[in-house]
Amino acid sequence: MTTTTLPPTPKTAPVSAPRGGISDRARAERKLGWMLAGPAFVVMMAVTAYPILQAVYYSLFNYRLTDPENKSFVGLGNYWVILTDSLWWQAVLVTVFITVVTVVVELVLGFALALVMSKALQALRPILRAAILIPYAVITVVSAFSWQFAFSITTGFVNNWFAWLPGIGADTDWFGGKWTSLLVICLSEIWKTTPFISLLLLAGLAQVPDVLQEAAQVDGATWWQRLFRVTIPNMKAAIMVALLFRSLDAFRIFDSIFVMTAGANGTESVSFLAYRQTISRVEIGMGSAVSVLLFLCVVLIAFGFIKGFKIDLAQARGEG
Amino acid sequence: MSRREKTWWWIAGVVILLYCLFPIAWIVSLSFKAPADIANQQFLPTTPTGENYSAILTGSASDLFMPALRNSFGICLIATFISCILSMFAAYAIARLDFPGKKLILSAALGVAIFPVISIVTPLFNLWRQIGLYDTWLGLIIPYLSLTLPLSIWTMSAFFREIPWEMEQAAQVDGATTWQAFRKVIVPLATPGVFTTAIIAFFIAWNDFAYGISLTSTSAARPVPAALGLFSGASQFEDPTGAIAAAAVIVTIPVVVLVLLFQRRIVAGLTNGAVKG
Repeated sequence: MTTTTLPPTPKTAPVSAPRGGISDRARAERKLGWMLAGPAFVVMMAVTAYPILQAVYYSLFNYRLTDPENKSFVGLGNYWVILTDSLWWQAVLVTVFITVVTVVVELVLGFALALVMSKALQALRPILRAAILIPYAVITVVSAFSWQFAFSITTGFVNNWFAWLPGIGADTDWFGGKWTSLLVICLSEIWKTTPFISLLLLAGLAQVPDVLQEAAQVDGATWWQRLFRVTIPNMKAAIMVALLFRSLDAFRIFDSIFVMTAGANGTESVSFLAYRQTISRVEIGMGSAVSVLLFLCVVLIAFGFIKGFKIDLAQARGEG
Repeated sequence: MSRREKTWWWIAGVVILLYCLFPIAWIVSLSFKAPADIANQQFLPTTPTGENYSAILTGSASDLFMPALRNSFGICLIATFISCILSMFAAYAIARLDFPGKKLILSAALGVAIFPVISIVTPLFNLWRQIGLYDTWLGLIIPYLSLTLPLSIWTMSAFFREIPWEMEQAAQVDGATTWQAFRKVIVPLATPGVFTTAIIAFFIAWNDFAYGISLTSTSAARPVPAALGLFSGASQFEDPTGAIAAAAVIVTIPVVVLVLLFQRRIVAGLTNGAVKG
């Protein structure tokens, strides 16, 4: 399949000082740069790098908060226990399922939203823009409650409204089974985060050069051909950034599951498993090991995306 | 555009509006239901009542909700303020100065942004207990910086890059002092970017649930989302649904007001930092 993109515009090389001696001025600038940016950098490192190293350390111990006397070094024992436990693999499976389903649906739906927004009538545009920001800005917990109450067997209207569909009746218990629970969790996530994706894609759409669209139209390309061969290839960077950020975000899912099912019926995600080990069962050692594994999963996904799809974040963010 | 096409765009617009507002409308409707109405499986209340609001604002559940609301506002505003000050300096340096390590700072911010919150919760939970930060405002403000700082740095440096810094020199040539040039030229140009970043950072802090629920145990520091997650009615015989709905509506009001007032800027801020060609 051929795609149409404009050739990259040549970039002017940055003017840099001649190698060898850097001037006093440049040295002063460096110093000032670090003085200004340093505090933010140090704070970021202090609140993430330090705790994760601490977690790696704790993960090597059998350490229960209520029983600190019996803290003992177990090496990789905690990891072995976790990786041979079906609970962990079930949590991974649930998390991957939620991630894939929500991200795919959000991407398609978000793209449709972006297309409508970009073509919407002038009169509607500000209203749509404000409306679309509301799901983004609403607290995840509130969204989860709203969807939970809507589907709940006691308070919900969904069973009542959709009773005409086969399989749905007054006594359909959505939170009684694994897959129906996951469906409602996914719906809540999709509702809340699709607008964000559509805004990113809308910004990407605005970057597709009009000349290409017009040229394709003159050449007699249909609407679908223009969409798949001109529009989408030209906004690949925006799509990839949206995809990467949403996948990582979806993989960390915690709030909705806590509110809607509290992990019942096998709906526990990896984040929820780590939370339960640490906070509910105060198994610091085991919880730390789950946390470290979760961190490794996220790193793996980010790395896979960046290498696999050759996302150049610097380019996508306009620093090229 | 033909009349037919126009009609289609209107329909598409209305569908989007419904999509965005429906779950909110539902929770608002639920919050006005009387206890007898809660389980009637209807969308709208039969006779709207303010009972749920009086329960959480002054009544039986107010000692759960009001401290949480105060904590949420206090903690989120302080965290937003600190991260804006820190990222203002960082973004200025990134946008204006040439120094090695610029890429390192931006990559670090990106790394922190994708960091799974729960992974930090375990060690912090233990550490905070040892040094006495568990269940305090400061104990939440510090980890909230890990949520707000990366985004603030990215968004603000994207804004700052678009400022025509030459105007500062131009003002100096025209006889302004360095301080005057900065205050009268640069500050007005930079303010919208800083302000927008602050709004987005506030949204993120306001939305936090994982830290709030893990690092607090009483109403001394527990923010609203965490309090909502643990809400179970004043007594175990009382159904908390109505109270939760009313509380949910109250915490949604600030974000809706911000969205309505500053929608254009928020969209620019969200997309500027992420996608720019």
